[in-house]
Amino acid sequence: MTGVTQRRNGIRGAVAVAGIGETTYYKHGHAAESEYVLALKAILRAAEDAGIDPRDIDGFASYSNDRNDPSRIAAALGIRELRLANMHWGGGGGGVAAAIANGAAAIVAGFAECVVVFRALAQGQFRRFGEALPDRAVTGDAAYLSPYGVLSPAQKYAMRATRFMHDYGIGNDALRAIAMASYNHAQRNPRAIRYGRPLDRQTYDESRWIVEPVNRLYDCCQENDGAAALILVSAERAKDLPKKPAYILAAAQGSEYRSAAPALNSALMPTASFSTVAPRLYEAAGLTPADIDVVQSYENFTTGVLMAIVEHGFCSPGEADEFFTLENLSAPSGRMPLNTSGGNLAEGYVHGLGLQLEAVRQIRGDSSNQVPNAKLALTIGGPMVSPVSSLIMGSEETLL
Amino acid sequence: MSGAFYLPEGMPAPEPAADGLDAAFWKGTRNGELRVQRCGQCGTWQWGPEWLCHQCQSFDMRWEKVEGRGIIYSWERPWHPVHPVLREFGPYLVVMVELPHAGGVRMIGNLLGPVGQEVEIGAEVEAVFEPHDEAPVPYTLVQWQHVS
Repeated sequence: MTGVTQRRNGIRGAVAVAGIGETTYYKHGHAAESEYVLALKAILRAAEDAGIDPRDIDGFASYSNDRNDPSRIAAALGIRELRLANMHWGGGGGGVAAAIANGAAAIVAGFAECVVVFRALAQGQFRRFGEALPDRAVTGDAAYLSPYGVLSPAQKYAMRATRFMHDYGIGNDALRAIAMASYNHAQRNPRAIRYGRPLDRQTYDESRWIVEPVNRLYDCCQENDGAAALILVSAERAKDLPKKPAYILAAAQGSEYRSAAPALNSALMPTASFSTVAPRLYEAAGLTPADIDVVQSYENFTTGVLMAIVEHGFCSPGEADEFFTLENLSAPSGRMPLNTSGGNLAEGYVHGLGLQLEAVRQIRGDSSNQVPNAKLALTIGGPMVSPVSSLIMGSEETLL
Repeated sequence: MSGAFYLPEGMPAPEPAADGLDAAFWKGTRNGELRVQRCGQCGTWQWGPEWLCHQCQSFDMRWEKVEGRGIIYSWERPWHPVHPVLREFGPYLVVMVELPHAGGVRMIGNLLGPVGQEVEIGAEVEAVFEPHDEAPVPYTLVQWQHVS
């Protein structure tokens, strides 16, 4: 970073993840409990993991319009005083790293001392994301898309990816490597919905198209019921708690110029929306892609991972075919171990919060696909939406 | 009317926004005109519609008739049906069409012709208006076909 003035970064090392928790991940519609109960259980498990009394939680941060109201949860848990109830705008997983960043910023600002970041989904109780509403009439943005059969996220985002892969001559083998890395990692993760259900090359290649030419079945995230949560406290407090702290080193959120222009008219159409966020993240962290030991990158679709990783500087678009191989993406010894829990594709889909928990496990050293001596973990949320977010966590030695 | 439309009847029908933002666009397609927003102050083209110009922040947005021609910017062939009326229908083709003569704005439509046809980014296409006269609120979609 010689010659570059490092951006002011007030959260660096000031806040740590002290606890993580999740419920069982279920196939969509299969949870026996309501979304709200799933949220409560994930929060309690995160508090237990952190070694704190759940009544000491004083802040909540979430994203994607989570339906579970912090005030109700605070009353239900007997929380002594609610000091922060923060919702990050935007849909999908674009806000997953931002919600953690917002919670961390609130702790640094003194608004709260113990913030839980959570997300709960029960798509059986509510609706699936991948199915169109049975509306007869549509207005606004949808009027320019839905009548032509562009209804689902897969159909909206394939336009970006098709153009990106065309521009750089990237083949679908790169997408297969991303899918297979997640499935391979899930085979060693008993929490994963796809545990015991490996994916081989032939099964991928013969799977049906969801949206040709970029999304086969295995390129698309699952839709699940479940909840996940993590507990943020100050670095000083984290040192006195039982689990090894995962420190927040830097975070960035947002999107580039007119990223969300209506009717899919993004100024930079063939991107995952990180062209400004990723450089800002590295600048704030004082790090480069070469420093990162392990990456957890939100998979709505493998195409989003492909573009997000390129935009985070791990390879140029022209190098993508060579870079995105199963070997390179696999723990423990790949060049860039990716989605080591199985991620949204194979572990469970709770809008990417599971991937943040996995980054914490890597820093702690207790992932089921541990990257030896992992000190720096990058997490990426919400490719192709706006706003997106990404974040870097580190172990204590990275604070020096 | 079945057979006159690219996608089956029962797909979501577009209606002008209640606040009037894009009434002129849908009125135009009823008359076989493709209209794009353009700033009355600085001439910037804009799509989709907004209340003000993203370049100069003027609220003087006008609707200009443009030639229904463009080039394919991106495309897709959805197979998995996500709407009930598509369940027995099979795959279909969607194109994103760039209009170089209107500031490079991009519009979404279906590509008429065989669903299995090869689609090339950069190919020239022309607009084909698809009226839905029997709909409760009649409307006209803008579809695309290769320039012969």
